[in-house]
Amino acid sequence: MRSERSVVQVVLAEDGVLLREGLAGLLAKFAFDVVAAVDDAVALRAAVAEHRPDLVITDIRMPPHFSDEGLRAAVELRRTDPDLAVVALSQYVELSYAADLLDSGGGRRVGYLLKDRVVDVADFVTALRQVVDGGTVVDPQVIRQLITRRQDPLAKLSPREREVLTLIAEGHSNAAIGRRLVVTDATVGKHVRSILAKLDLPQTDDTHRRVLAVLAYLRGSPTAPEAG
Amino acid sequence: MPNDPPSTPLVAMGRRGFLLTAWPWRAVGYLLSTVPVVVTAGVPPALLGLPLLSAVAPDAALGERVFLAVLGALLVSGLGPMAAIPLARLERSRLRLVDARPTGSGHRRPPGRGVGPWLRTRYTESATWRELGYLLLLAVAVPVLYTALLSALIFQLGALAAPLILLGGDGPMALGPVKAATPAAALPYAIAALVLLPAVPYLLALVAGAQAALARALLQRGSGERLQAELVEVARSRARLVDAFEAERRRIERDLHDGAQQRLLSLTLKLGLAQVDLPPDSSAAHSVADAHQDAKRLMIELRELVHGIHPRVLTDRGLVAAMGELADRSPLAVTVEADLPGRPPGHVESTAYFVAAEALTNAAKHSGADRAGMVARWDAGLLTLEITDDGAGGADPGRGTGLTGLADRVAVIDGRLLVSSPAGGPTLIRVELPCDPNDPSSR
Repeated sequence: MRSERSVVQVVLAEDGVLLREGLAGLLAKFAFDVVAAVDDAVALRAAVAEHRPDLVITDIRMPPHFSDEGLRAAVELRRTDPDLAVVALSQYVELSYAADLLDSGGGRRVGYLLKDRVVDVADFVTALRQVVDGGTVVDPQVIRQLITRRQDPLAKLSPREREVLTLIAEGHSNAAIGRRLVVTDATVGKHVRSILAKLDLPQTDDTHRRVLAVLAYLRGSPTAPEAG
Repeated sequence: MPNDPPSTPLVAMGRRGFLLTAWPWRAVGYLLSTVPVVVTAGVPPALLGLPLLSAVAPDAALGERVFLAVLGALLVSGLGPMAAIPLARLERSRLRLVDARPTGSGHRRPPGRGVGPWLRTRYTESATWRELGYLLLLAVAVPVLYTALLSALIFQLGALAAPLILLGGDGPMALGPVKAATPAAALPYAIAALVLLPAVPYLLALVAGAQAALARALLQRGSGERLQAELVEVARSRARLVDAFEAERRRIERDLHDGAQQRLLSLTLKLGLAQVDLPPDSSAAHSVADAHQDAKRLMIELRELVHGIHPRVLTDRGLVAAMGELADRSPLAVTVEADLPGRPPGHVESTAYFVAAEALTNAAKHSGADRAGMVARWDAGLLTLEITDDGAGGADPGRGTGLTGLADRVAVIDGRLLVSSPAGGPTLIRVELPCDPNDPSSR
């Protein structure tokens, strides 16, 4: 059983040799157990079947076609095993990829991060742990794009509320948001309730469900501003 | 240029030392090799023209004559080209004997493979009919002309040999209109023939040169055809240049992405890991943290640079995704509507993308717009892309190189770029690019 393991076992799939080795070194340093490091989606599926890891970190584009093999493999693996934690690494923000991944397994235990994010070692490791613990992690860059795409209804929010919304979407709890913005928990709670009310979102104290609700809202198709 | 080697016998005749060059011999060769061609060329018209000949027979009724005449004309015009085309090709290659300049055929390339397109093309282009005309002319004129030429040469040789023949005692001898009975009487003719002997090569070269000029005029591309062929070639070479340019951009992007960007990412990661190992607040930790920050900034700069060369999202995900990304990057509020059945071919995709990028950049920089819209549609072989903004208008292709460069790029793939930008706005830029989606070529 996975829950009895003290060490998180990881299968790593990345076709770039340098990054694969760098990531393997990083994971080893932070006491993850890299049970397999592979360089394509076929080998990824085989390694997951063989090792039953707790966490899969996969590049989205891999040989042979460099389209979205890694992502499709990840979504499939989650379909057969919704408890499998998956973090997908992408070269650039691709909202439809993020959406596909978040829609798998109820949006729990998934992360969608830009590759460049790995160089902020501490933040990256925190994100991995969050995902393993059942959270959802979405790259801030993705959130930013979602927010620019939904500018229209967000106009109702104050600048401070927009800041808070971004942090909610990134998966932070009220306490963490408070620490970031240097305000009390109560103030954060007030902001959060106000945001959820303004955006017609269900009121909930469950951080995770709130994150998913916000993400779902942001991913909704924007009402088009009239061009011309 | 007077010092260039002469290209035809007519030019060579005017140069000193003509008699010592190969030109007279080349002219003789050309004239001699004409004979079998004329015999061959005479056969088809003669055969096909038989009904025409019998049409003028004295003992036929008028109806029969008309029928035969029409049949003959039909046969000559219907089947003549079949004989004319290969013979004309032979004539063009034979022209090299007396003409140093290259000779191109005036024939167009048939639009498709197979006999049907070939026949249609050949029977509808003027080159074929000029070739037929040339061969008919040759079949009629050459026998007359060569007979005259040969008679003149025989007369000259006869006059030259006359004193010797008459010494042998066979007399009297007819020299054209006069008769010479003794060697002494024939001597003036012989001397005249001897003096005129150097003129023979000139005469031969003149005839050969005239015939070659006629062949050249009728068998080669006309000036319109030449111009058209040159235009086609220019258009093709321009397209090749643009394709090469496009391929080069992709290659540079790929090389940077697979090389420098990966290395830099790895280096930045190593610095990040080193930071973790160092005791916080030590001077080493500060230095490494600085280096880490620098490396991260460099990563962003390099990514932007590579993106400008050729956006990866365009290569990977195609036009629609790349347009979405353009909208996300733009400081304006941009709406994207795209309805494409598949991915257009690579060069069309790039062109459309760069037009959209340039138009959005212009809108953000110069127009004072705060909203823009992009619409991409595909309909019946035409990809249409429209970029609108609500700015002040006044975009002028003549003023900046941006729009002009775009128009050039669009023109290369037979597209059109239309700009409507009245003062006060709004600006509309519309691109129409012919293409078939799902065409995997040049990807």
